Amino acid sequence: MTKLIQTLMDGTAVGGLYALIALGYTMVYGILKFINFAHSDVFVLGAWMSWVVAVQLLGLGLDAAAPTTPAPVWAGPLVLVAAMATCGAAGFLIERLAYKPLRAAPRLNVLITAIGVSLLLQNTGQLRVFFGPYPKRMPPLLPERTLVEVAGVKVPLVDVVVIGMVVGLMLGLEWLIFRTKLGRGMRAVSYSPPTAALMGINVNAIVSFTFVLGSALAAAAGFLYGMKYPAGLKQPADAAWVMLGLKAFVAAVVGGIGNVRGAMFGGFLIGLLEFFGVAYLEPLYRDVYVFSLLILVLLFRPAGLLGRATVEKV
Amino acid sequence: MATRASLPTGSLPSRWTLLPRNGLPAAVGIALALGLHFWLQPAMSPFHTKVMLDSGINIILAVSLTLVNGFTGQFSIGHAGFMALGGYASAAIMYYGSYRLWGGPAFAGGVLSWTTSQGAFDGPWLAGGDALFVVACLGGGLVAAVAGYLVGLPSLRLRGDYLAIVTLGFGEIVRVVLQSSRYQLFDAGEIARASPLHLATTLGGSLGFISLPFYTTLFWVYLFVGVTLLVTYRIKYSSYGRAFLAIREDEVAAEAMGIHTTRYKVRAFVLSAFFAGIAGALYAHSIGSINATELGFQKSFDLIIMVVLGGMGSISGSALAAVLLTMLPEVLRKVTEHINQVLPAAYALPDLRMIIYSLALILMMILRPQGLFGLHEIWDWRPWRRPRPSSKEGPPRP
Repeated sequence: MTKLIQTLMDGTAVGGLYALIALGYTMVYGILKFINFAHSDVFVLGAWMSWVVAVQLLGLGLDAAAPTTPAPVWAGPLVLVAAMATCGAAGFLIERLAYKPLRAAPRLNVLITAIGVSLLLQNTGQLRVFFGPYPKRMPPLLPERTLVEVAGVKVPLVDVVVIGMVVGLMLGLEWLIFRTKLGRGMRAVSYSPPTAALMGINVNAIVSFTFVLGSALAAAAGFLYGMKYPAGLKQPADAAWVMLGLKAFVAAVVGGIGNVRGAMFGGFLIGLLEFFGVAYLEPLYRDVYVFSLLILVLLFRPAGLLGRATVEKV
Repeated sequence: MATRASLPTGSLPSRWTLLPRNGLPAAVGIALALGLHFWLQPAMSPFHTKVMLDSGINIILAVSLTLVNGFTGQFSIGHAGFMALGGYASAAIMYYGSYRLWGGPAFAGGVLSWTTSQGAFDGPWLAGGDALFVVACLGGGLVAAVAGYLVGLPSLRLRGDYLAIVTLGFGEIVRVVLQSSRYQLFDAGEIARASPLHLATTLGGSLGFISLPFYTTLFWVYLFVGVTLLVTYRIKYSSYGRAFLAIREDEVAAEAMGIHTTRYKVRAFVLSAFFAGIAGALYAHSIGSINATELGFQKSFDLIIMVVLGGMGSISGSALAAVLLTMLPEVLRKVTEHINQVLPAAYALPDLRMIIYSLALILMMILRPQGLFGLHEIWDWRPWRRPRPSSKEGPPRP
């Protein structure tokens, strides 16, 4: 029972992070119809920027005598906003410099460029002038304490904050996309960019905004990841990051790529699948569960679980 | 991008390439491979031999990837996974086969599989070990091809992007599964008793498959390079190749012209996986071990950049890029070492290879998306002929 609830908590928290990253993949795919492979590196940038702001600018966690001293209350939000702002700017620049010149090019070329951008970010990130080639430890921004105890299971504050923030961001995004004028613009561009342009929508602005939004969400995911796994701040080109980004991407595909609600659903599904597989089946095959689900979904519902199958137009 | 149909007839195979059709290419290839093995290899240092072996293996990989990523316009990013499968399959055949047949993993081949830097050799021209090695290479290719069929069939029914996802996932799954196999057996009695199925799943686990006999020589590598080049060349200028290019240019139009797109895509993919498997086998027996961790996404990416740089759909371009990019890290390493000797330690240059590669890839896509050669080949280049008036490229795709 304890194990069940524990697995459920972890799976939901990590699934929420997958969902946040998946949203960026799915929004870009919905509008530009290509897989932004560099998105997972924006997530890494978010995690590392949180570390830079917290440790190098605010000087948290540097006190060797008391490494677990809780940070002041305002530190967490400040770090989060800083990380989201940097990543938003990075997303804007990536789109402007690398993808915009290729707007009319075949999709394969854009895909290759995206891989190029991804590797460029990874490899410049681990230069000494940026984040360096060594893993770091994220200082604690929250007091380490148990919030409630349910049936003998300790529910740590971190998990509650992570899940709460994920849900909050998702509700905000839902409101933005389905209730505001900007969101209507995004949906229109995703439906048909030329028609949207004819209706007076500034397509370039919408695309830029989508990248900024997706990157900011990825940064939030990176920040939350650093809080949940303080020791998980691997060097920027580490394969573990690539794996996390890939699973988020799988979440987007499983939910139906291009579908915002699908990405949210897919993220939680992937997270829970992974953690239940590790807890109750063979832990070694952690990644195999996720990719097997992907292959099953592609075999039987290629448009994703929540996606609608569309016939390619001539 | 020019479609095949819109190209002027001059770039179709001329009588110069039609003339030496049957038999001659094979003879020339074997002669060249023998020449490399008996004259060039004894004169070269082990380091240069190694670079040359790696170049050959990378040529096979890049040219086979061109079949999928270049000709057919699909996007596979798990080529190293097929290489790993082929390598492990061949390693199992070679290692356990040698135990079963000769009682140990020692070298049992002839002079064609012997590298002179290992010492003098007075053995037969060909021996049982060579036969087993060829079987192992082809077996590795077949295993990879079967995997290619299983991976390709579901994902190639869908549009291009999905293949990228699935092959990426496939590469990772292959890595995890190979690494969770049982540890290698070293005891002759145990190996003799074990069933073939048991041996096929005893692949060294996380330690990799080690102490393989060294069979890969310039002869074998360049023999298979010749086969790969010949097969892709003949495909490119056949109705198959035109079907592949048609799919790449416009899938819907290709289907309307009566091309069974899924079937053709799967065929290209399976063939490409087959050659990747052979390359994996050659790779494993050139370094004497194989470990799936080295054949991950990074390796796949190295191969993609070869294809992209060389030209999406150019056999000679991919081969040339494979050779260049095999030598480039060595050159860059030397340059960095020299610069770092002069600079103070604090300014030491890191390994800039990946940064240069990724920048090259992005700039290439923006400035010259078809790659250095595009669809063209070295043998299309005829400087003595007047430039054709219609050599301009067609209008961009909508």
